[in-house]
Amino acid sequence: MATLSINGAIREVEVEPETPLLWVLREQLGLTGTKYGCGIAQCGACTVHIDGLAVRSCAVPVSSVTAEQKITTIEGLSPDGSHPVQKAWLALDVPQCGFCQCGMVMAAAALLKANPHPTDADIDAEITNICRCGTYNRVREAIKTAASGSQIGSAS
Amino acid sequence: MTVMENLSRRHFVVGSAAVAGGLTLGFRVPSADAATPPSPEVNAWVVVKPDETVVVRIARSEMGQGTLTGLAQMVAEELECDWAKVTTEYPTPGENVARNRVWKDFSTGGSSGIRRSHDYVRLGGATAREMLIAAAAQGWKVPPGECKAAKGVITHAATGRTTTFGKVASLATTMKVPDNIALKDPSTWTIIGKPLLRLDTADKLTGKQIYGMDINLPGMVNAAVRQCPVFGGKLVTFNAAAVEKMPGVLKVVQVNDSTVAVVANTWWRAKTALDALPITWDYGANVGVSSKTIAKDLAEGLEAKDAFIGSNIGDAPGTIKGAKNTVTATYAYGYQNHACMEAMNATALYTPDKLEVWVPTQNGEAALAVAAEASGLPVQKCDVYKVHLGGGFGRRGQEDYTRQAVLIAKTMPGVPVKLIWSREEDMLHGAYHPITQCKMTGVLDDEGNVKALHMRISGQSILAALRPQAMQGGKDAATFQGLNESGPEGAFTYKIDNLLIDHAMRNPPVPPGFWRGVNLNQNAAYVESFIDELAHAAKQDPLVFRRKLLAHSPKALNVLETVAKGIGWDTKPAPGIGRGIAQIMGFGSYVGAAAEVSVTDGKLKIHRIVAATDCGYVVNPAQVERQAEGSFVYGLGAVLYGECTIKGGRVEQTNFDTYNVLRMVGMPKVETFTVPSGGFWGGVGEPTIAVAGPAVLNAIFAATGKRYRTLPVFKHYDLQSV
Repeated sequence: MATLSINGAIREVEVEPETPLLWVLREQLGLTGTKYGCGIAQCGACTVHIDGLAVRSCAVPVSSVTAEQKITTIEGLSPDGSHPVQKAWLALDVPQCGFCQCGMVMAAAALLKANPHPTDADIDAEITNICRCGTYNRVREAIKTAASGSQIGSAS
Repeated sequence: MTVMENLSRRHFVVGSAAVAGGLTLGFRVPSADAATPPSPEVNAWVVVKPDETVVVRIARSEMGQGTLTGLAQMVAEELECDWAKVTTEYPTPGENVARNRVWKDFSTGGSSGIRRSHDYVRLGGATAREMLIAAAAQGWKVPPGECKAAKGVITHAATGRTTTFGKVASLATTMKVPDNIALKDPSTWTIIGKPLLRLDTADKLTGKQIYGMDINLPGMVNAAVRQCPVFGGKLVTFNAAAVEKMPGVLKVVQVNDSTVAVVANTWWRAKTALDALPITWDYGANVGVSSKTIAKDLAEGLEAKDAFIGSNIGDAPGTIKGAKNTVTATYAYGYQNHACMEAMNATALYTPDKLEVWVPTQNGEAALAVAAEASGLPVQKCDVYKVHLGGGFGRRGQEDYTRQAVLIAKTMPGVPVKLIWSREEDMLHGAYHPITQCKMTGVLDDEGNVKALHMRISGQSILAALRPQAMQGGKDAATFQGLNESGPEGAFTYKIDNLLIDHAMRNPPVPPGFWRGVNLNQNAAYVESFIDELAHAAKQDPLVFRRKLLAHSPKALNVLETVAKGIGWDTKPAPGIGRGIAQIMGFGSYVGAAAEVSVTDGKLKIHRIVAATDCGYVVNPAQVERQAEGSFVYGLGAVLYGECTIKGGRVEQTNFDTYNVLRMVGMPKVETFTVPSGGFWGGVGEPTIAVAGPAVLNAIFAATGKRYRTLPVFKHYDLQSV
């Protein structure tokens, strides 16, 4: 049995203690916005926040997370997709296939929380998520847009 | 369960019509007679709801390339509807079979989604528009010719009356289907050609978008598979008793002669048990195969007497024989895995009377054919529900995982089974970019003009493995992508009087597949590296040198000039910066790229790349731009970063830690110029992928004087990314 604080709610799950948090989110709790990409913390598709920090949940055994630690998944980032990062992503039409993008959004949101005005070098260092469609330049642009808090224009 | 409601909302039962003939696996499902439409619709392409929502049916698969939005734009253009009211849905392959293939081809590959369906898709929109107008005109008792539609509103100008699509849609379904409708002139397009936002973005930012891996059906169980890691090896035995009591495990299934699956109540438990399952393999005849033995085999092909001829103009061998100034170089391009971010998966629900499959696939009809065959049920009792793909890039045109899911589900009738491959399984059982080597021999005259070129390709054929029926007397014509003597698909753009391009086919036991860009990738790397080598041997500027060879290819010359201008070719680069340029024709389009790079302390930085595409007509310039930019990540990954190497008959790289790909830090700035010259429809998802690599390689030479010929560079040379 594990007790977890997820998106503001306390959830109890029956699961083997070594199960990665990723699979608890996806299978025991039905939160499939957090994706499986590699299972070895390489690609970042499974990024969630634990106490505000970006964490690759595929490499976190559920037993290592306490009930006091606040876990936020993409489903809990904002109630309606209105987080500044989500708004910037939408305005700049960032995703292609989209599979990696929830992880990208979570990584970007954590970056901006820790560093509200990241430089290109900061973005290079912190956003190491893999995107095979090649959205990197738009991800970078959207992070800067979200950081600037400027009025987000439409691309069309 | 919203997922369930969404995904199987249209359980379609095929009518009594029999499906004629047998199935041709993989590519075509034979037609059936028409059956009752599954839902109210103006025609197969257009449904208009009473609330004015326009649902456009999309036969091709959306995997990130934007086809869904582009195809909807084309229907909406002719329909004259309000773009803000447009949504989309996928008809199922089963419906297509039952309705005499009214949506034609479902296969999504070869950058063909738009260029091979633009005519009938637009006609679908135009036909629906005329039927909606006819319905309004009938209500008003006026000739339809006096009415016009715009933004979903139909107007009778003479009397000032108006109505909306939603109000007349129901009546429109009963109108006679008009024929001889003229499509709009491109100069009058208002939706095609606009940089509209994609229709499928919002849910991708909140976790709501359901991918195949996210399917959740009531009572569903999960499967993990292991296939013999050595190509061609077999499963001998496994000890199911050792894992059957592990948490959640339901059963262990032999899937086929080389694959075993563990089924459990969750995928993590299935995978955990699979990892603990004692398995004995017979590795078979290929254990001695390695990258070294393959390279040796291919190197022999470079000098072999026999080869399939792709292009033979003048007398290249004779000219080379008597020449005093020849230049030669040998290149190599290795295996690549698609490495889609979403690993292969499929979900199947089998009963003796019905098979349903939920799968992210690039070819719904192929999935249906494979699923039906694996289930043993007639195709009328099967259907496939397509879900958005977490990347495709060519991998999801094959249906090996679909077959496995159905075979497992067949052992558990009435229970939905979701099969997910682990990343390791995905890496070890890809449909790899084929491996080739290339020997180039060129002849220069005293003025530095190219008198002859012999391009010998040695290596793997995709068609020999996947579509032997498409071979021409043993020759794989697709090998010569971008090198053809002529034709609208991929002609060799340089004019060389004595030209021989031939292929010594060597097929190692590593399964090849269509990998985004396909054979254009290595062909562009070889040709454009060597043209650069010839230019330097002739002591000429690489742009000036190419201009002379492209005098008869104005479209190719135009993209080249566009990127040259974009990169500032006529200005002196900053100290330490080298510039490179490349062009090729493929997938019906002309593409070029120019790059600026620097190398400092063995670290390569790509400062910027300029791309140009002439795809004839442009449906959505914003999406074309994204495809060009995105394709560079894939192309540069293959040319610089990752490679699948073979040892002991198996792929050595099992995950992203050893199969490296381009990430944010390595991503150059990209400027894209779309220069549509009109009059033809070229693809955009793939062609630009091929030019980024050689542009960068040529820029590295300009910066360092070093020519890197064995790809990917970072694997074979002492050079790394910043």
